[in-house]
Amino acid sequence: MQSNQKDKVQVITGNEACAEGALAAGLKFFAGYPITPSSEIAEILSLRLPRVDGRFIQMEDEIAAMGAIIGASLAGAKAMTATSGPGFSLKQENIGYAAMAEVPCVVVNVQRGGPSTGLPTLPAQGDVMQSRWGTHGDHPIIALAPHSVRETFELTIRAFNLSEMYRTPVILLMDEVIGHVNEKVILPGPDEYEIIQRKKPDVPPEEFLPYKHTESCVPPMVSFGEGYRYHVTGLCHDETGFPTNDPVEIDRLLRRLNGKIEVHRDEIIDVKEDFLDDAKIGIFAYGSTARSARRAMLLAREKGIKVGMLRPTVLWPFPEKFVRPMGETCSHVIVPEMNLGQMAHEVEWATCRNAEVVKINRVDGEPISPQQILDKILEVAS
Amino acid sequence: MGMRYEVRLSGEGGQGLVLAGKILAEAAAIYDGKNATQSQSYGPEARGGASRSEVIISDEDIDYPKATNIDLLLALTQESSDKYSKDLKENGILLVDSEAVTKLPEGNFNVYKVPISEIARSKIGKVVVANIVALGIIAELSTIVSIDSLESAVLARVPKGTEELNLKAFRTGMEVAQELLK
Repeated sequence: MQSNQKDKVQVITGNEACAEGALAAGLKFFAGYPITPSSEIAEILSLRLPRVDGRFIQMEDEIAAMGAIIGASLAGAKAMTATSGPGFSLKQENIGYAAMAEVPCVVVNVQRGGPSTGLPTLPAQGDVMQSRWGTHGDHPIIALAPHSVRETFELTIRAFNLSEMYRTPVILLMDEVIGHVNEKVILPGPDEYEIIQRKKPDVPPEEFLPYKHTESCVPPMVSFGEGYRYHVTGLCHDETGFPTNDPVEIDRLLRRLNGKIEVHRDEIIDVKEDFLDDAKIGIFAYGSTARSARRAMLLAREKGIKVGMLRPTVLWPFPEKFVRPMGETCSHVIVPEMNLGQMAHEVEWATCRNAEVVKINRVDGEPISPQQILDKILEVAS
Repeated sequence: MGMRYEVRLSGEGGQGLVLAGKILAEAAAIYDGKNATQSQSYGPEARGGASRSEVIISDEDIDYPKATNIDLLLALTQESSDKYSKDLKENGILLVDSEAVTKLPEGNFNVYKVPISEIARSKIGKVVVANIVALGIIAELSTIVSIDSLESAVLARVPKGTEELNLKAFRTGMEVAQELLK
């Protein structure tokens, strides 16, 4: 290793990488309420944000923290909060508000065992469906799931970019293993990633329609204080932002809001494929569980079993177009999850049940080991 | 598959096992140029309760960051020895604090009994450096990380003003292990 590179080698946790990624993305406002296993993110940002002219606020609870980042984002700041299970539940109402009012923001959920206060210090992946449907009503949402410390840095930046691009809340769905594992990394420099800013209007204030129905489904956004006045509400509204009960306007709004994701689905989804070309047994795995799955796959390949793997880094929108072919080429698709099978259902419909979906589930606070997945591969292969 | 060395440091919350693991991982990753991960498992308590910190050292990418087939296990308490020794591989190194662990786990291990906390107390004057004494012993028992790298990692990680104390603890641990290995 060259000495200049050696200087950049760090051993840091996923939570530290998340904080670094947020700062790299241009985070200027963090509001939160500490909760294990996410607290280090708040702790680091409380030190670092003031040094980059940013603001850190520890709020009275998670609900207020979510409200505060919405306000900060409307005022033009890139804003984030970080929490875990119980706090994520509390944030849901305001996540819906951000989706409806089209306020870019990033919500980090470092998953721990649930329901309720559950297992504060132990990992789980039980909030996958809550990320999609935790707030009520049809709403757009994007959720990303990193599997390593380095990828946490990258996906935190991507979470900000996607939220700015599509004016929607983005969930960074980590888990305790990734949040707390210390791993060797060399973080990329500023010339190695792209930072995207929200689009501003190109019309004067008197012609500005804050919720205009554009082809991209994403209207330009102004910051409060820039001379453009508009109304922000969680009620169904027309293009001016004021509430409406007109069925035509309501229908247009709901279809445009959800269309943001549908129209741009191909640009948003992202999967990593490993050995799928000749695979007879597929694995669908995400987050820290994907690490166990990868080792199991390599061990099985050493035994001559043709196993391949699909790892989505974006869970929502669901990457059905990459999952469907696994149904055609594989006899079985194994879905290991630290929950009771939340993503397995998605894999089942996406593969049209052409392949048998085999679940491996764990909800005892322990991660799924490579051996557990390997045993299932051997069982399926015989 | 390439070399994979697994270390589990166990005891109770507050004994500095997470820090010791982090130092070991940094020594391997930053100073020795290998790959390393460190992870931990602990209860909701700030102190007390069985606690473990695991370090994986490898010359290739580390996928699963938890220990399942352990090369070296440190147990500072009886509870942690009972609870966490089941994954120690045959002929693996078992290092126990001999004052705390009186009943050894069954199995075919290379056992080293050292009064680690007592050494920290009597020779260094502070029981809190027992974790660093243990690192010194581990450095000698397992040659997975170089001594220089571990010393550099200890010095980079411990609180300012305690460098000399910790270096003394580390070297005392090394000397103890050298006696054992004679």
